[in-house]
Amino acid sequence: MTSPFDAGARFVLAVDTATSAVQAAVVEIDGDELFLASFRRLIDGRGHVERLAPFIEECLAEAGKTRADIGAVVAGVGPGPFTGLRVGMVTAAAYADGAGIPVYGVCSLDGIGGNTRGTALVATDARRKEIYWAVYQNGERVGEPQVGKPAELPDTGADYALGEGAAKYAAELKIPAEPDAVYPDPVKLVELAAPRIRAGAPTEQLTPLYLRRPDAKPVDQR
Amino acid sequence: MSEPLVMGIETSCDETGVGIVRGTELLADAIASSVEEQARFGGIVPEVASRAHLEAMVPTVQRALDDAGVRLADLDGIAVTAGPGLAGALMVGVGAAKAYSIATGIPLYGVNHLSAHIAVDTLENGPIPQPAIGLLVSGGHSTIMMVEDLAGKVSQLGASIDDAAGEAFDKVARLLGLPFPGGPYIDKAAQEGDRTYVDFPRGLSNAKDQEKHRYDFSFSGLKTAVARWIENQQAEGNNIPVNDVAAAFQEAVCDVLTKKALLAAKEHGVETLLLGGGVAANSRLRAMATERAAQAGINLRYPRPKLCTDNGAMVAALGSHLVAAGASPSELHFPANSSMDVTIVSLANDLA
Ligand SMILES: [Zn+2]
Repeated sequence: MTSPFDAGARFVLAVDTATSAVQAAVVEIDGDELFLASFRRLIDGRGHVERLAPFIEECLAEAGKTRADIGAVVAGVGPGPFTGLRVGMVTAAAYADGAGIPVYGVCSLDGIGGNTRGTALVATDARRKEIYWAVYQNGERVGEPQVGKPAELPDTGADYALGEGAAKYAAELKIPAEPDAVYPDPVKLVELAAPRIRAGAPTEQLTPLYLRRPDAKPVDQR
Repeated sequence: MSEPLVMGIETSCDETGVGIVRGTELLADAIASSVEEQARFGGIVPEVASRAHLEAMVPTVQRALDDAGVRLADLDGIAVTAGPGLAGALMVGVGAAKAYSIATGIPLYGVNHLSAHIAVDTLENGPIPQPAIGLLVSGGHSTIMMVEDLAGKVSQLGASIDDAAGEAFDKVARLLGLPFPGGPYIDKAAQEGDRTYVDFPRGLSNAKDQEKHRYDFSFSGLKTAVARWIENQQAEGNNIPVNDVAAAFQEAVCDVLTKKALLAAKEHGVETLLLGGGVAANSRLRAMATERAAQAGINLRYPRPKLCTDNGAMVAALGSHLVAAGASPSELHFPANSSMDVTIVSLANDLA
C-alpha cells in the first residue's frame, strides 16, 4: 500500500475515548514536525457516542479541511472503561473504512506518558476503585499496562504520578501525584503512529487493551 | 430518486447485522453472531456481546457491501438501530454508523429496532397495508404494536409486564436440559410431544386481567408453573417427558400470543396482522396464527425465519422506507437509547 501521505495528504484524524475525556483532533504532519490543526475535548464519561462524531465534523471544519484531506486515522486503544473506549475505536475504524484510508492504534496511556520526563507513573481511572497504569522512563513505556488498586501497586520506582487516576487516588499512591488530570495528547498519539503513517503501513484491526475479562463466568466454571 | 439504496446496521443484542436493500429488494444480509460464545455463559452477557460487535463491525460491513455488489458511495442512506437494546452493544453500531456517515457524507437515520422488525416483512411480502397490527416476540420483547404509518406513526397496544416470550423459552429450555437459545430446541422437541399433556396457565387471561391488561402478556408465572410441575414429578420419582412438557409450554405461549394479537386486530378494526421477532420463527406460533387468522378473516403476514431474528436487513428495510417517505435524517448527536420508546420510529432532528 502506498501512503496517502506520498500523494500530498498531510492531515491525520486522531480520536481517543479511553478516559472520561471525549477527544477528537486533526493533526498536520509536515516533514518531521507535527501541528495541532484543530481539537475538541469534553470531560463527559457517559457522552462518547453523542459527542464524538460531531467533534470530528467540527474539527474538520475548524481546520478548514474536507474528508479528502485526511490521509489516516489514529485511535487510542486503551486501556480504558470498555463502553466509552469502544465508541472511539469503532468510530476510528469505521471512519477509516468509510474514507478508504488506514487506521492505526496507539496505547492511550502512551499519549500521556510519552510527554513525561524522568520516571513517571501514568494512571487513568479504571472505575471500581482501580486504575490502569504504566511506568515511563523519559517518555518510554516500561512493560505492559496494568490494572489494579492504587494502594496495592508494586514498587514502580516512579518519582511522581499523573493522569486522571493519579489525581483521583493521590492519597493512596505512595508518590506525589499531579493534582490536575492529564489526558492523552492527540499530537503525541499521532507522533507515535507517525512511522507507520509515513511508511504507508497496512491498516490495522484495532484491538482494545481490555486488561480485564468480562465478569460473567462460563456455565462449566461455576 | 429511484428506489433508495440503504445500508442498515443492527447491534442491539448479540448479532452484528449489516443489511443492504434497494427499495424492498434485499441485496445483502451479513451477520456475525456471538451466540455460540454466549451459549457458554448460558445467556446473553452484554460485555461479551459488545466485544464481539467491535471486532465484527467493519468486516461485516465489508462483507455486506461485497455480497450486494455495491460501494458505500452508492448508498442513499445509512440506518442504524438507536434502540431499544443493550446500551453498550447499541453504542458500537451507532458509533460505527455515525462514522461511516461523516466519512462519506451519506445521510444517517437512527431508527427503532421494533419498527425495523415490522419493516423487514416488506422485503418478502411487499408494502404493508396500513393500519396493521404487529406482534413482536423475541428474547427482548413481547409487544403488540399498532402501525398506522411505518414512516412515523406507531404505538404500543400491549407488552409483557415481566419476561419476554423468548426469555420464557430460554428459561424453560434450561429446566428441561435443552441448550441455549431455547426457542429452536423447544420447537423441535415439541414436534414429538403432546400439546395437551399439561394445561399450563395462560397469563393475564382471566376476566379481571382482561380489563387492565387486555393486550399485555405475562410469562413469568408460566415459567414458574413449569418449574413447579417438573419439581413435583421429580419428587415423585417420575421421569420428565421433555417433548410433552415442551409442547404443552409452547402451546400456552402461542395460545395467549395469538389470542391477544387477533383480539387487538379485531377490536381496532385492523385487517392485517404481522408477526416478527425471533419467536415468530416458531413453527407452532405460525401454524396457530395462520389457523386463527383465517377463522377471524384477518390477513396474516410473516417473513421467513431468518428475517424474523435480529439482522441488518430489517434496519435497512426501515431505512429504505423512511428515505422513500422523505423522512428527515438524524443529526449526529443522537444517543444510543436502551429504552427507546416504541412511538419513535426514527430520530429526526427535533426528537434527537
Ligand atoms: Zn429484535
